[in-house]
Amino acid sequence: MKVPEKPVRDATFEDLAMPLFDQLYNFARWLTHDTAEAEDLVQETFAKALRGFSSFRPGTNFRAWMYRILRNSFLSSRTGLRTMVALDEETGESSLPVESTTPESNLIEQADREMVQQALADLPVAFREILLLSEVEEMSYQEIAEALTIPVGTVMSRLSRARKALRDWLPKRVEGGRHGM
Amino acid sequence: MGCEQWRDKFDSYVDGELDAAEANALRTHLRECAACAAEVLGRVQIKRSVQMAGKRYAPSAEFRGRIAKSVAAKPRRQGSWYWKILAVPALAVIILSIAVNLFVGRENVRRQRVYSELADLHVSALASATPVDVLSTDRHTVKPWFQGKIPFSFNLPELQGSEFTLLGGRVTYLAQTPGAHLIYQVRKHEISVFIFQDRGEEIARLGSGPVHALSFNLQNWTQNGLRYFVVGDVSAEDIEALSRLLKNAG
Repeated sequence: MKVPEKPVRDATFEDLAMPLFDQLYNFARWLTHDTAEAEDLVQETFAKALRGFSSFRPGTNFRAWMYRILRNSFLSSRTGLRTMVALDEETGESSLPVESTTPESNLIEQADREMVQQALADLPVAFREILLLSEVEEMSYQEIAEALTIPVGTVMSRLSRARKALRDWLPKRVEGGRHGM
Repeated sequence: MGCEQWRDKFDSYVDGELDAAEANALRTHLRECAACAAEVLGRVQIKRSVQMAGKRYAPSAEFRGRIAKSVAAKPRRQGSWYWKILAVPALAVIILSIAVNLFVGRENVRRQRVYSELADLHVSALASATPVDVLSTDRHTVKPWFQGKIPFSFNLPELQGSEFTLLGGRVTYLAQTPGAHLIYQVRKHEISVFIFQDRGEEIARLGSGPVHALSFNLQNWTQNGLRYFVVGDVSAEDIEALSRLLKNAG
């Protein structure tokens, strides 16, 4: 699922950054839950990246670099400070047993798009962002590690916990939905 | 490897992060284990559903246009950004250099004016019917003559053994300042020596050193609070030689 690295040498900032515009906006919107804040965040990201582009080393991952800037900008924003809860990576298990006995495929069949979106929105932002980077952006563990400035091992454990949290969320709501019918 | 151990690899497997050997081994296990296969299928489906659900928000065309413009204008923007950063010091440098040029220019003008005036004094004295008011080759006659006529005294060199001859002296004025004007001769050429008190804007702010202006050579320096000018249409070496004599006497 790795996206081949585009040649960075000789490319202008515009060449590299504009193709990422939509996905960066999507990511920003997921982080902030607000259109205006997302726009501010993307704008800030592009401005910072443009200023820092001269210090960007060709050959390193431009996409991960852009996401890192966006995320750091978000973390230092008011919303970011409020929503970003510190995750205890050390005590988190690297792999969690699946507690649900129901086959997940069944659950997912019922979990429509809106439900997953609601699940994503409800998840802690640290889980939400790593799921977005992995599933939506299809970033490799290495890329995610660069974007979030965490070790690859932490990427794996956090991703595992994020997925478990999502799985745990989905049957709960699905059950609730069933009872409501 | 049991199912529990394989379970730890499921995420890496669906993310395509397992190496080829491990991935093959896991696929072999999945073919044999329905429970694990269902689990992996569920994770793949969740991954896909998150992928679809996650692509949710699209930026407005207006916002895209704004960002694209800010990025597309990069060379200009960066230029203008640099311009803003550099403008202030650059402007300061320009203003400073203009000020320095004006100052230097004014200083040059002032200096040129003084030199021109000295050259005029030199020429007009020589052209006059009475170039000197005290006509004497004897410094012991010339020096006392100035007493009471100018507000300072000075020493004149012994010219024995040199090419220079003292012709005499007169009182002169430079920038409303009275001073001594001495005329020396070397090989039929006259040299004027002007001595003023080294004060007053016109005189004191002059630099020292040799000058060649208006076909005259000129040397000037300060010594014991006095400003000496040696002017003549002779070689710079002659001016320098007389200046040295005066400096040694002063």
